[in-house]
Amino acid sequence: MAKIKIRNEIHFILNGRDVVLSSVAPDATLLDWLRLDRSLRGTKEGCAEGDCGACTVLVGKLSAAGLVYESVNACIRFLGSLDGAHVVTVEHLRGQPGQLHPVQQAMVDFHGSQCGFCTPGFVMSLYGLWMRSLEPSDAAIEKALQGNLCRCTGYEAIVRAAHAISSYGKAAKDPLAAERKAITARLEALRDGARVEIGSAEARLIVPANVDDFANVLEQEPGATIVAGSTDVGLWVTKHMRDISPAVFIGNLDGLCTIAEDKGVISIGAGVTYTEAFSTLSKRIPALGPLFDRIGGEQVRNMGTIGGNIANGSPIGDTPPPLIALGARLTLRKGKKRRTIPLETFFIAYGKQDRQPGEFVEAVHVPVPAKGEKFAVYKITKRRDEDITAALGAFLLTLAKDGTVADVRIAYGGMAATPKRASFVERALLGKPWTEETVETAMAQYARDFTPLTDMRASAEYRALAAKNLLLRFFVETSGTRAPFQVSRNEAA
Amino acid sequence: MNKHATSNLKAEKIVGGVATDQRHDSAHKHVSGTAVYIDDMPEPAGTLHGCLGLSAAAHATITRMDLSAVRAASGVVDVLTAKDVPGENDISPTGRHDEPVLADGKVEFFGQPIFCVIAETREQARRATRLAKVEYKELPFVTDIGGLDPRKDKLVTPPLTLKRGDAAAAIKAAPRRLKGKMRVGGQEHFYLEGHIAMAVPGEDQDVTIYSSTQHPSEVQHMVSHALGIPSNAITVEIRRMGGGFGGKETQGNQFAALAAIAAKKHHRAVKIRPDRDDDMIATGKRHDFLVDYEVGFDDEGNILGVDFMFAARCGFSSDLSGPVTDRALFHCDNTYFWPAVHAQSAPLYTNTVSNTAFRGFGGPQGMVGAERVIDEVAFAVGKDPLEIRKKNFYGTSDRNITPYHQTVEDNIIQRIVTELEESACYARRRREISAFNANSRFVKRGLALTPVKFGISFTATHYNQAGALVHVYTDGSVHLNHGGTEMGQGLYLKVAQVVAEEFQIDLDQVKITATTTGKVPNTSATAASSGSDLNGMAAQNGARQIKDRLTDFAAEKYQVPRDQVLFLPNRVRIGNQEIAFADLVKQAYMARIQLSAAGFYKTPKIHWNRDKGEGRPFYYFAYGASCSEVSVDTLTGEYVVERTDILHETGRSLNRAIDLGQIEGGFIQGMGWLTTEELWWDDKGRLRTHAPSTYKIPLASDRPKIFNVTLADWPEASEPTIHRSKAVGEPPFPLGMSVLHALSDAVASVADHRICPRLDAPATPERVLMAIERLKGEAKA
Ligand SMILES: Cc1cc2nc3c(=O)[nH]c(=O)nc-3n(C[C@@H](O)[C@@H](O)[C@H](O)COP(=O)(O)OP(=O)(O)OC[C@H]3O[C@@H](n4cnc5c(N)ncnc54)[C@H](O)[C@@H]3O)c2cc1C
Ligand code: FES
Ligand code: FES
Repeated sequence: MAKIKIRNEIHFILNGRDVVLSSVAPDATLLDWLRLDRSLRGTKEGCAEGDCGACTVLVGKLSAAGLVYESVNACIRFLGSLDGAHVVTVEHLRGQPGQLHPVQQAMVDFHGSQCGFCTPGFVMSLYGLWMRSLEPSDAAIEKALQGNLCRCTGYEAIVRAAHAISSYGKAAKDPLAAERKAITARLEALRDGARVEIGSAEARLIVPANVDDFANVLEQEPGATIVAGSTDVGLWVTKHMRDISPAVFIGNLDGLCTIAEDKGVISIGAGVTYTEAFSTLSKRIPALGPLFDRIGGEQVRNMGTIGGNIANGSPIGDTPPPLIALGARLTLRKGKKRRTIPLETFFIAYGKQDRQPGEFVEAVHVPVPAKGEKFAVYKITKRRDEDITAALGAFLLTLAKDGTVADVRIAYGGMAATPKRASFVERALLGKPWTEETVETAMAQYARDFTPLTDMRASAEYRALAAKNLLLRFFVETSGTRAPFQVSRNEAA
Repeated sequence: MNKHATSNLKAEKIVGGVATDQRHDSAHKHVSGTAVYIDDMPEPAGTLHGCLGLSAAAHATITRMDLSAVRAASGVVDVLTAKDVPGENDISPTGRHDEPVLADGKVEFFGQPIFCVIAETREQARRATRLAKVEYKELPFVTDIGGLDPRKDKLVTPPLTLKRGDAAAAIKAAPRRLKGKMRVGGQEHFYLEGHIAMAVPGEDQDVTIYSSTQHPSEVQHMVSHALGIPSNAITVEIRRMGGGFGGKETQGNQFAALAAIAAKKHHRAVKIRPDRDDDMIATGKRHDFLVDYEVGFDDEGNILGVDFMFAARCGFSSDLSGPVTDRALFHCDNTYFWPAVHAQSAPLYTNTVSNTAFRGFGGPQGMVGAERVIDEVAFAVGKDPLEIRKKNFYGTSDRNITPYHQTVEDNIIQRIVTELEESACYARRRREISAFNANSRFVKRGLALTPVKFGISFTATHYNQAGALVHVYTDGSVHLNHGGTEMGQGLYLKVAQVVAEEFQIDLDQVKITATTTGKVPNTSATAASSGSDLNGMAAQNGARQIKDRLTDFAAEKYQVPRDQVLFLPNRVRIGNQEIAFADLVKQAYMARIQLSAAGFYKTPKIHWNRDKGEGRPFYYFAYGASCSEVSVDTLTGEYVVERTDILHETGRSLNRAIDLGQIEGGFIQGMGWLTTEELWWDDKGRLRTHAPSTYKIPLASDRPKIFNVTLADWPEASEPTIHRSKAVGEPPFPLGMSVLHALSDAVASVADHRICPRLDAPATPERVLMAIERLKGEAKA
């Protein structure tokens, strides 16, 4: 293996200007750096946990699709993860000389701000949307704003503004569009194939050069904190002030960011974000589309990875139950050694996963349901969007020709200490005719599978009741009813 | 601003007078990130940062507090405890001495501040805070009021009783009666900008505090007490808040006091900006209530007598719980005439953070109680709740006395509701929904139309005063200052419009300046929706004083009668000639005319005798109504709001664009309160919903799919308010009730509308599903 070049500084672009930092703490956040070191105070802190969007900035990165700008939460984004990126803050927005940017002018004219504290974040989210879509639908606007809280306006004015942006200016004249080529070239020039190492002793960060390098680094530093999208790790720092040194940032590793299908199995690299996975997954496994639309907000989906969601091991992570129901397998890697296990077995107990020191999650392999197999996943939350699961159920059903259940896999989140199969329920269904009667009998088995907890998201009684009702919903959905079987935001009223 | 050279001297109308739709004065700064909030101000060199250490017990004596590791931590300059408070260790806004700056030996809620770390950086202060070793001897505690007796258990402030007629007799004599209980949840403000204070020490005893507060004068007084120095040494300034909603009426005192104490002690500027979680744990919220009601009525649904007990979770101290629970009672009638009524409050002591002001100030809780009573009666007599509502509305010439003996003189609710019923197609949709529900097994629709009447004025009569300071400079530009604070509601803009109108100069000639106790003293909180009513009048008064002097001056100089001096747009007609406003000002200055004035206003007519429960606490009422339709999933309790129609009035609006924003925003906030916003304490008394990850305010995707908001164009204030406009801050908030009642209606459909769902608030999907289950059970039984 060729010797890896080592660089002791990070390189990126901030609002069009080159930045080189040789002293960066592993847990330094982009938001603090902008506000405290750069005195760029247009970007606000509302929560420091990725939920309110006041800190939204755009990060431009080179991907297979070229240079893409995505909204992210600067409060939980680590500076070390920005090597090779273009960070754009509200201060960088401008229109024609002496004028506001179209996004900004629309917000002014449509009274989209009251106290104004959330506003820079909304402007950045809408800017990100406008770059992708000049005439967005209501649904697209709402989706782009799921990660932005406003307590004053009630959003109506902001949505009106969002619809009007294009009447205030042409996308081609937008500075980021105009500078696209130049910025791409500059970002390409920053890709020197080096490993970044900064700091020593208790404050160290590493950005591996590639996946093999990552594997080496991790073998040597089995105690290191792996940081992918930092939508979990970010909060360990901002809320729990946990020490994450040495931190290994893997968000940039092309080798982990691939998503490909082979013989009916989609392999998703551990570094693939929700946003990147969306188009493939929602096309091939349509039920995952609406679920992904309800994970975090846009900023979180732009950063957070499926690999991280799995590796984090939380019983309320949204991707493990559907992936378990689909029969996904997980590839773990340590140095050069790989092993592939059923995803289900990865989750051993609360806070305990089947991952050895120095080992990392490399990819998850998801079988696409065969024709005739029915698959659904339902997430229950207090608030529809950007909320953590109270209970989530995923169902994969194969019916025999005679209408009996040939195979069924049911997995839940939020109902136990780990994502968990509903084995008693499955057994009660297997071989039986797929009828409401069968389903009702099976619903009685939930009590044997799960004894959920009461917490601030839901009571045990509610979880138990709603969870079993989801099976009935699944039955109704699969039995081809034309009446609505659940409420929906996006269907016509 | 101040481009006076460009003022149009021929214009027929000024730009930006009253009753025009102006954009928020700071909008262009909001969108570009250049609007400065306190945390954005450049810190003076050497600024220190504070972080609060919070108690880890709900009720306990502190047996040992070892802060040595905190003091030794990197960057730590000082750790303040109760004994470091040089003056009085109290920030009780009502002077009841029940709320320490820092707890002294005893803690009364989980999360109560017990010490404050001062360090070189905020990060260092936060990290060091965690190193404290505090030991507690736990005492029995109570967080929930469910198990308390409102008549016997400890109160934080004296209760109120309102009565008119003999309610007990009326209920007893009524053909039908029923009793019930309702839980109405609290609410976290979730202003996007959290609390913050920066204190900059001056010479002698002086200190200037930049505080995100709705009540600079109170911050000044509290800092004065805590430091033991006179008010004249303290200046409190606030240009803008990133939201307040009542959460910054008293709750900023603590941060300001601690920052000031540390700043004076160390002769360095000190900033305290709590982390969001600490802010949510350590500062008060909307009061939640348990409402007990008994109502007597006839078979037609005419209500004959009502008895209410409004028990509130106040937390460990009184704060504003007295006036909040009073206002709940003042609104237990909403838009309804109770022929005989008895209503009591019970401001209960609990080991939770001390609850405080929140948009509506108890009023919405009172109204939710009233609407529950209406619902109960409607189900009991088998009629559409809207019919029962209309039947029991206040009259205009009779049936118009409130439970506090004020006559409702300006009632327009009938017309508002009739118009909304029409425009929202209530009757047609009611039929459509029945048809839909009959054919839909799992998804059920619900519809409700709820009215709002909201009383305007502080119930503490002395609060209804305001001051303003108006300077006219020799170039004709105007500097405006008043006691109101800007938190996004557009107050600065509205008052500037009033002043522009008064002088007949373009709005851009009026410079809006930060609120500071140094310019206008002894101000009231910007609260009770009174901001533009009070400050608009005070500023108008200031401007009129100057205008009067200018008129006198012009009449004398040009030798014309006073009535021949007319202020036209950007110019003044004096006799037959017109001169630019700026030129007249210049001439007046040369003639040594005073071009500065302190304006003042106090609301007339109002009075209130709390002991008797009688008076006229409100100058007038504001009205509105909303109609919402929801879809409910009966398998999970999940729901969406399909459509909301609102008709609301603000008299002759000063600025319809701003008012519309208040109505839309107020509705959504009220809807959030009654639906997804839930506060949850665990068995240790710890609030577990202390961050946006667990406390869910509405998102863009929660707003009604169809949202029609209309500002009625026909009403005008019956009293001579500022340009006959009406307050708009709080009245739209309870419009959110229509969503709660639409959910209730959808739930009722599972039992064929025969059983009152008694859906409590917040109606989370869980509460909705549990109500559905209960109704299905009861319907079978
Ligand atoms: C506001 C907000 C809303 C959210 N909403 C949801 C939601 O609705 N549903 C939901 O499921 N989740 C939600 N999350 C959490 C979700 O974003 C994360 O679980 C995310 O998927 C983790 O991915 P990441 O790349 O950000 O991981 P990181 O935070 O970088 O890492 C998470 C954990 O995984 C480890 N890790 C990461 N990559 C690897 C790897 N390749 N190998 C081994 N270990 C690794 C890290 O060391 C860490 O322990 C939310 C988070 C936020 C901040
Ligand atoms: S500050 Fe709230 S999301 Fe970053
Ligand atoms: S304008 Fe105040 S939070 Fe959005």
